Amino acid sequence: MTPISYYMALSAILFAIGVTGVLIRRNVIVMFLSIELMLNAVNLALVALGRRIGSMDGQVIVFFVMTVAAAEAAVGLAIIIAMFRNRETVNADELNLLRW
Amino acid sequence: MPVGIFAFLAVLAVITGLGVILQRNPVHCVLALALVLTDLGVIFMGLGAVTVGFLQIIVYVGAIMVLFLFVIWLLNIQVDPGAGGHLGLKLLGAVAAAAMAGEFAEVIEHTPKISQIATVPADFGSVAELARYLFTDYLVAFEVTSVLLLAAVVGAIALARRVSPSLVLVAPVAARGATSPPEPDVPVARRESA
Repeated sequence: MTPISYYMALSAILFAIGVTGVLIRRNVIVMFLSIELMLNAVNLALVALGRRIGSMDGQVIVFFVMTVAAAEAAVGLAIIIAMFRNRETVNADELNLLRW
Repeated sequence: MPVGIFAFLAVLAVITGLGVILQRNPVHCVLALALVLTDLGVIFMGLGAVTVGFLQIIVYVGAIMVLFLFVIWLLNIQVDPGAGGHLGLKLLGAVAAAAMAGEFAEVIEHTPKISQIATVPADFGSVAELARYLFTDYLVAFEVTSVLLLAAVVGAIALARRVSPSLVLVAPVAARGATSPPEPDVPVARRESA
């Protein structure tokens, strides 16, 4: 059997990759994808620790995270479409309307 | 799950995860993320969470990733021109992410290695077991989730639809000092960007 620590390490690596993606990419769709990657890294930690203590609660929370991610993707992509229609760009650096 | 299989899946997940953030073409990024999610779904199944693993593949890969692909095709986004913009900020971001990864490594190194795992009943992670939790302990959260999804559907439609000219209020146009009435079949968004 694989120790649960390995799953936690994989989860941490994937989360760090997601954070890096949000910080270094300027395409809003890729930033969005990186957020989904972070959500899934946390899902892995929840499932692994739930398995370790023999509880279903982690899996139920993963189910809810999936639902929230679906709602977030729908609204976020709608915002991206509306933004693209008005500004013709998906580059986060060019969306500076709220800048001081 | 045997260590060999886990190692294969973990290496695949990290490589495709790096593919998500390092590829230029957004379509390739989405496909790489779909691979990561499928991979994680298999890992979930290996951990006994069979239902959640299948839901992951069906809902995430089958629905959410396809939605991303449709949006990219709809917007006709060209390949990223490359490293532009504030290179200093990107460097700062990479340093911050590396610092966070270092913190994670430190935490994992100083945590005692968990090797014993609870014994679970045979139906652990089955559809029936998950549903029993959803409809007893988590019933309120489950119902609130349906409201959340309804709100997301309404919000997405309200944000993404084109405003038809017949629904536009007259007042904002008059406030902008438009003397002639707007042409009837040009959507408002188009007129503003022109």
